[in-house]
Amino acid sequence: MLDVRGLKKVYEGSGRRVEAVRDLTFTVEAGELVCLVGPSGCGKTTLLKCMGGLLAPTAGDVLLEGRRVTGPPPGMAFVFQEYGRSLFPWMRVGENVELPLKQKNLSRSRRRELVADALRSVGLADAAGAYPWQLSGGMQQRVAIARALAYEPRVLLMDEPFAAVDAQTRADLEDLVRGLWRERGITILFVTHDIDEAVYLGERVVVLSASPTVVQEQLKVDLPDERDQLHTRVAPRFAELRTHVYEQIQAAKRGTPVVTVTKSDTPPLH
Amino acid sequence: MRGSGIALGTAGLAAFLALGEAVPRLGLVKEAYFPPTSRIASALVDEVRDGAFWTALGDTLTGWALGLAIAVSAGVVVGVLVSVVPYLREATASTIEFLRPIPSVALIPLAVLLYGTELRSVLLLVVYASFWQVLVQTLYGVQDVDPVADETARSYGLGTWARVRHVLWPTALPYVMTGVRLAASVALILAITAELVIGAPGLGKRIAVAQTSQAVPEMYALIVVSGLLGLCINVGARTVERRALAWHQSVRGEVAV
Amino acid sequence: MRRLLLRTVFVLALPVLLLLAWWFASDGSTDVYWPPLRTILKTFPDVWTADRLRTDVFPSVLRLAAGYALAAAVGVGLGTLIGSSRRVRAVCEPVLEFLRAVPPPVLVPVIMLFAGIGDTMKIVVIASGCVWPVLLNTVEGVRAVDSVMLETARSYGITGVTRLRHLVLRSASPQIFAGLRQALSIGIILMVISEMFAASDGIGFTVVQFQRSFAIPDMWTGILVLGLLGFLLSVVFQLVERRVLGWYHGLRASTRRTP
Repeated sequence: MLDVRGLKKVYEGSGRRVEAVRDLTFTVEAGELVCLVGPSGCGKTTLLKCMGGLLAPTAGDVLLEGRRVTGPPPGMAFVFQEYGRSLFPWMRVGENVELPLKQKNLSRSRRRELVADALRSVGLADAAGAYPWQLSGGMQQRVAIARALAYEPRVLLMDEPFAAVDAQTRADLEDLVRGLWRERGITILFVTHDIDEAVYLGERVVVLSASPTVVQEQLKVDLPDERDQLHTRVAPRFAELRTHVYEQIQAAKRGTPVVTVTKSDTPPLH
Repeated sequence: MRGSGIALGTAGLAAFLALGEAVPRLGLVKEAYFPPTSRIASALVDEVRDGAFWTALGDTLTGWALGLAIAVSAGVVVGVLVSVVPYLREATASTIEFLRPIPSVALIPLAVLLYGTELRSVLLLVVYASFWQVLVQTLYGVQDVDPVADETARSYGLGTWARVRHVLWPTALPYVMTGVRLAASVALILAITAELVIGAPGLGKRIAVAQTSQAVPEMYALIVVSGLLGLCINVGARTVERRALAWHQSVRGEVAV
Repeated sequence: MRRLLLRTVFVLALPVLLLLAWWFASDGSTDVYWPPLRTILKTFPDVWTADRLRTDVFPSVLRLAAGYALAAAVGVGLGTLIGSSRRVRAVCEPVLEFLRAVPPPVLVPVIMLFAGIGDTMKIVVIASGCVWPVLLNTVEGVRAVDSVMLETARSYGITGVTRLRHLVLRSASPQIFAGLRQALSIGIILMVISEMFAASDGIGFTVVQFQRSFAIPDMWTGILVLGLLGFLLSVVFQLVERRVLGWYHGLRASTRRTP
């Protein structure tokens, strides 16, 4: 579905050369929910922007369903961390969700239907007439998610979407994303710096190294499909997985080369 | 980037001047109406050599500076007073809203009758126009005072005067500086307008004389001078503003008034 | 109810007080230049008849509207063009800084050379004075469109006219309105001055005629009319601004509450 091959991104400007991403290769299968975690400043956002066609990679390719991504592809939607700056404050919630659809040659009634459906899915059916700045941070991010859903993407890229909301709202939003994923069968790539969030949400977790970034490890999250904040987070397997990811990230920070070149997807039980 | 920006800007300026030379030379507009850059430049050189030009420049600057100084002091004093005295702000709001948009040029006939071509005519217009800029910005600035800071000052028993000095004034200063900058350019516009229309001595009058005597290149040269004067005032005011705000956490955007 | 009453008192008290002060201070004034307010008000309806409104006020306002609209269209159009490209901006900046700094009234003699003394001259004068604040503010506004919003638009394939209409211009609208506001006061000044220079009708022309013929109370009524016109236009502007920028004021208020 989504292939990243030998991706490299170097920023050059005013005599400085920063290698943000060195050599990344991984694949996201159709219908998968993959979480990308890595130490802060490891080029997660750069990677995601390259995948979304917002940045041109220095070398390597991003392939969506076998086709090279050169600009933002139509089947892909992006949810940004800065919800306050990603929603247009001069448009009401409904208009914000509808705007991308206007480019899609849909009939008016179909657009209305998609907007209403998307807002209902994120639990904001009544908020269509409000302005984004009248809503709380968590609700604004729900609007941004609704906008992505209405766009009917096959792939959803989410860049640390819950980094700026409080802990309780965050838990609700995590469950929302998992619920939408199971319900709609969208492929989701979710970037986060929060290890618990990555393990709780993902079917698979890709751990990135410190900058210049490579893939440190990939592991399959063998938790049951039904997850909830209360039970999943106290399950022993959850603790093992998060400890493992944590160790990997600490190793990545120290710059230790990958010790466990695990071919098997699951980490050994301790 | 900065270096290339300057180079591009210079290129733009050069192209502008070259265009000013080429358009009349090619006969696209009449030379009598729009002299080529070189003719304007030589007229400018002649002006600079003329003592009367410098007197006129001095007159304009006097009217501008004096008017601005009066407007700024009056604007700040009235602004602070209105905000500090209880209920005065509410009581004056409607009057300010009514008087502010009155165009100062409406006072031209009155100025002519009262003061003729004296400096006081210029001052009347300049002060009226720039006073509101300073006053309104000062009021905005005082309104921006953090209530927590003010309450803190109160709880430590600071008196009115101390609160004005240590809480109100530092908060309002950036706004006041913005007001001064806006007032400085408005003051120049009105000073030159008064000279041009009423005939008070200064650059504006010199432009009017050049116009009536059909000295077109001289007229353009004087307009260029007035533009350069405006440019110096703008750049100077912006520099002063930035200096004064260096300590301020963020140089705020302009308040739309 | 009591609060409404109190508000009305606040709004009206000082203006009434000032008018009364003017009335009594000038009552019995024998100074020709400061006629009693009583005389001015008595003259008012005789001077500003419906006929005069049609022959003098209406043409003035029409010319102002035409010049202002022209300046707004050109200023926003060119400003968007210049603001969208860093290169174009760097090339144009010094020239624009200079042109903006030229005090607009000195353009009157220049434009008279080209356009004579008719309506065209006055409209061009008004437009060429009003255009700079609009243009420069538009450049600033367009330049400062938020980077995340631009990326959002790109990732959702929002391009071309839709992007311009729904993102760039809307995001720049607070600055554009600040420019339009400045342009309005410059426009009124230029409307009056261009009529004082050379005209056969208009408010500015009429007021100067009164002054030259020493019809002092009539002149005073002219000053009042100019003041009223300035006030009315500013009220209309504020109504439009509040409508168009309602979102902006709401946004600012909401960020003020939660810093």
